[in-house]
Amino acid sequence: MTWLRIFGVGGYLSYRALFNWQSPTYYIPTMLAHPVFQILFFAYLGRFSGTESDAFFVVGNGIQVCAMAGVYGMALTVGGERWTHTLGSLLATPANRSALFLGRALPNVVNGVLVSVFGLGVGRLLLDFHPAPGSVPSIFLLVVVCTLSCSAFGLAVGALGLRFRDVFMIANPAYFLMLLLCGVNVPLDRLPNWMSTIGSGLPLTHGIAAAREVADGASLGSVSTLVWKEIAVGACWTVVAYVLLRVFEAEGRRRATLETM
Amino acid sequence: MRVARLVWVGLVFRVKELTRSGLFVFTSVIEPLIFATLTYYLFSAGSRPETVIYSALGAGMMGIWTSTLFASGGAISWQRWQGTLELLVAAPPAFLLVIFPLTLGSATIGLYSLTATLAWERVVFGLPFDPVHPFQFVLAVPTMIFGLGALGLVIATSFVLYRNANALSNMLEFPVWLATGVIVPLSLLPGWTSVIGWMLAPTWGFEAMRRSVFGGDVWAPMGMCLALSAVYFGIAWYLMGIFERRARERATLSLA
Repeated sequence: MTWLRIFGVGGYLSYRALFNWQSPTYYIPTMLAHPVFQILFFAYLGRFSGTESDAFFVVGNGIQVCAMAGVYGMALTVGGERWTHTLGSLLATPANRSALFLGRALPNVVNGVLVSVFGLGVGRLLLDFHPAPGSVPSIFLLVVVCTLSCSAFGLAVGALGLRFRDVFMIANPAYFLMLLLCGVNVPLDRLPNWMSTIGSGLPLTHGIAAAREVADGASLGSVSTLVWKEIAVGACWTVVAYVLLRVFEAEGRRRATLETM
Repeated sequence: MRVARLVWVGLVFRVKELTRSGLFVFTSVIEPLIFATLTYYLFSAGSRPETVIYSALGAGMMGIWTSTLFASGGAISWQRWQGTLELLVAAPPAFLLVIFPLTLGSATIGLYSLTATLAWERVVFGLPFDPVHPFQFVLAVPTMIFGLGALGLVIATSFVLYRNANALSNMLEFPVWLATGVIVPLSLLPGWTSVIGWMLAPTWGFEAMRRSVFGGDVWAPMGMCLALSAVYFGIAWYLMGIFERRARERATLSLA
């Protein structure tokens, strides 16, 4: 019960306190307008280059924008503890660490799903993206899976915020590298092998591939391998994030650098 | 002379300040290279290989806008956070002349993005960079930077009054890339977006650079870029007067 309370209530309070973009004047331009313009930009870039259809870019970018919450949101909510000088107090508590940190991911997952659904919806309205109505629930499920795995990756990025002075030095390139390496805009088979290999170990890659097939008419069952791969990648990043958080916590205590700015 | 000195000192100070910001250097160094790589593979995968060279220059120009937007957007917010905004507003020179070198400095840093991107594409992907009009290219680059600095000034102006206005800088990266035709020709976009593009000085600055590289009349777009920059100054001057007075009346200048 205590685990659940720390996970749920702690995560919610942390989100309220540390997620700086809650005000509509921040949230709308940053979390809704920016993703929409990203989708439009790459869709038109695709038309100009003759690479792929609008649907390819809408699905790829529509799902990738969940990283706005999954990566940036996690960076703000975990790294933010350091900026606000609450990290020391937080880590002085005997609270279960998995509940403490995983709880911080939950609101960002909900937020990421919202951002992606909005992006895909606007893509449907403005571009040549018309998935069959029957595929919408499956696409939604894939958005949830992708956002979960992306938030696990974001938790690892946030963990680095316990170590580095400015977490956005990690979060910015992480977000933009996903655009390149995860098959969001360039088909993986057109990238050099080493890039596509890295991409296959990142979140979103397999989920986006699955969502493209589903949007094209495939059933969820026929892409189950890709879905399980996405879940496995997310699970691995969760473990990585947890280990990083524990290591940086121990290291920070040992060197008395937890709140060094 | 005093104004020129003010602008020069402010510009040098701003460039020094930005080059000591780890986050900004990282953004200026890494992000343009990621986009250059992305556009290279995207266009290489496409059915129009002739557009690869076009995209190479576009990616470089995209980097300049990112640097300008990021730093211009933060110009006033950072002064506010550091507690120096009130001192700058209270200083004898017009506040606009204090802020302009800050935005111009941001655009100047963008030169690095352009250079790094072109060098990256040359070294890593073997894309040639042989401007048809090298002399005009050398002139077009500072013209475009001036235009970007002027646009950054208009953006920064709004930050005096609105505490959350820097959220705009989170949003404007992609739209301006689209509206200025930096990498996607305006003819591919809906007609009404061209009207917006024509009103943006960087559109003409980018066009001047593109023509100096691929051929065409460079002087006309360069002139348009300078003329629109002058208009931006007028707009920024007018808005700054209103916003500054209102911020003083409401005592919101230092509220972060």
